[in-house]
Amino acid sequence: MDRQLLSGDEAVALAALHAGIALGTGYPGTPSTEILEAFDALGGRAQWAPNEKVALEVGLGAAFANARALVTMKHVGLNVAADPLFTAAYTGVSGALIVVTADDPGMSSSQNEQDNRRYAIAAGLPMIEPSDSQEAYDFFFSAVEISERWHIPVLFRMTTRVCHSKSIVAAPGPAETVTTHAPAPHFEHDINSRVMIPANARPAHRRLRAKLAEIAAWGETGAWDAAAGRLPLNRIERGNGDGDVGIVADGVSYMHAVEAAPGAAFMKVGLVNPLPIERARAFAATVGRTVVLEEGDPVIADSLRAAGIAVESKPEIYRFGELDVARVRRILAGDTSPEDPPARGKPPELCPACPYHTVYATLHKHDCIIAGDIGCYTLGVLPPYRAMDTCVAMGASIGVGLGLRHVLPDDEAGRVVSIIGDSTFVHSGISGLVEMAYNPPPTGHVVIVLDNGTTAMTGQQEHPGTGRRLDHGPTSQLSIEGLATAIGIPSVTVIDAYAEPEEFERLLLERLAAPELSLIVARRPCILAAADIRKWEGQAAEFRARAAEQSTVCEPAEENR
Amino acid sequence: MSVTNVVLAGLGGQGVIKASDILADAALRAGLDVKKSEIHGMSQRGGSVTSDVRFGTKVHSPMVPHGEADFLVVLAASEVEVARPLLRPGGVILSPDLIPDAELPNKRSLNVALLGALSYYLELPPEALLEAVRAALPEKLHEVNERAFQTGRKIAAATGTIL
Repeated sequence: MDRQLLSGDEAVALAALHAGIALGTGYPGTPSTEILEAFDALGGRAQWAPNEKVALEVGLGAAFANARALVTMKHVGLNVAADPLFTAAYTGVSGALIVVTADDPGMSSSQNEQDNRRYAIAAGLPMIEPSDSQEAYDFFFSAVEISERWHIPVLFRMTTRVCHSKSIVAAPGPAETVTTHAPAPHFEHDINSRVMIPANARPAHRRLRAKLAEIAAWGETGAWDAAAGRLPLNRIERGNGDGDVGIVADGVSYMHAVEAAPGAAFMKVGLVNPLPIERARAFAATVGRTVVLEEGDPVIADSLRAAGIAVESKPEIYRFGELDVARVRRILAGDTSPEDPPARGKPPELCPACPYHTVYATLHKHDCIIAGDIGCYTLGVLPPYRAMDTCVAMGASIGVGLGLRHVLPDDEAGRVVSIIGDSTFVHSGISGLVEMAYNPPPTGHVVIVLDNGTTAMTGQQEHPGTGRRLDHGPTSQLSIEGLATAIGIPSVTVIDAYAEPEEFERLLLERLAAPELSLIVARRPCILAAADIRKWEGQAAEFRARAAEQSTVCEPAEENR
Repeated sequence: MSVTNVVLAGLGGQGVIKASDILADAALRAGLDVKKSEIHGMSQRGGSVTSDVRFGTKVHSPMVPHGEADFLVVLAASEVEVARPLLRPGGVILSPDLIPDAELPNKRSLNVALLGALSYYLELPPEALLEAVRAALPEKLHEVNERAFQTGRKIAAATGTIL
């Protein structure tokens, strides 16, 4: 065994490797992005999907084929993947399917702080939640075991603190051989389980509920055992105090609580759905007061109260943001006095050499109404430009822009612009563009794709538009302008707005004045990624030249692996 | 050994995260429990960055509680006052003006020089820190950073108060 200092994301990647995950897929999203990057660096097979829904579907297919699959995303990504998720709960899986949802309480880099423990309840799926990197490593194996024992996808919930904090993990080192016992992929027909027409889905729903009842029973018993030298999912710690205070906690809240209340007794919950209700009832009976410590929504507290267990939940002010040791102390003391505002440092801003400055300056100058989207370019909302009027969800800029255009008076409608990044466009802007061609507003519309050739916000990941895979090797490249033309957008222009600001301004004014549909691709590489992109493109060009010499059929996806 | 709380602060791109990686690795090499935490994401766009490193016999929370940092290592002069409330009363602040530019072999090694200054106060063996510096950087940067480390350590020894 090695002692390694790993982030929670890296610990999941290492566990995925050791557990024999055959395929890892996902879409980049802080704080989950590093899982697949680390899995690839360790030698695992990892790939970016265009969006989370596709990633989950690819993972599900692999799990139908008896392989073990890992799918990663940030919390809001699970909204995109929710459609297949809810029905995958019915179909079940053959090989393990582990879906990581990385929540972001406090919104360090997100548009909301939704609590995805609710998804486990809504979809009817088991959910496992680690508190630090060692638990992330150990619990991943439990997730695989549960998934294969009950043939059910397992949600693996992390939070920003757990994903990005580094702590010591005892695990086999690179030199040690790890036997995975992963099943061999093969296909068996199982139409009744996997074809969810109503006649099959009705019994499937009943099967799901029966599985959950079994897992709930196991959650009261087997989930408390330390198997194979790994930490148990659930555990009781009696503490050294007088037993007056009992704390029920999950995730990083547990770590804060151990420090804030070293004398308390603890019920530490790693299997957060289904909850071990009867163990909680017994625990509460042994202590004076039982306090539930959890970030976000009072999910555990509500469940325990619904079961008739008298627990204290945190006051409403602690629903917002992350917890820490100081806030846990306040919760235990019932302190609801106003909290000190956090230190206000220097906020992030568009990089000084960002290729989008000229775009935002032009939009600002002409008082455009700007339906924006998600990425670093959202920072265009900050002074001096303040050039964004809406930002809601990945890909929403196009639909929202169209809605504005449909109802605003012409003089306002004619100033509406949708602005979206390249990775975001591929993620979920394409359907918006189809809608635009299908239901064009009377004044037309202008969509600007800010194409900097990378998924910049999350740390410069590849996407289908870059023509390179997760490991930066070459693959088929999606043409945004070609796609727009195929969808039926009559005016499609590619321009380097940074190099030609006057031409960009002229083009924008011309397109705004024309009552027709326009797409402008403002293309120039991200200043942070430009050097790397040149390097990868050089490698790709060499590769393509070699491949062309060797064969008339180019199959880069296999050969560069 | 009780828990030592260090907060490193600066601006995106200054090497705050690299410095905290080195410090945490040194604690690991010294056989201690260690946790390190920061928020990255939007901060890489030139905003304020802080990173918490905690080490000792057993560490639970990965975050240094507000106002309980034993040491505050600040890489940007503009961030000193922003970060100061994180420090406990009587804690030590190591700011960039501690290391005169002329004494730095390379401006990019300010983070390692401040780690050298910090090392003067810590129970960690300086060799563990130097090993961690070497492990974190390519070989061509070892010499310049070892010099920066020793420069920082000497300045702290000359100016610092014994805790």
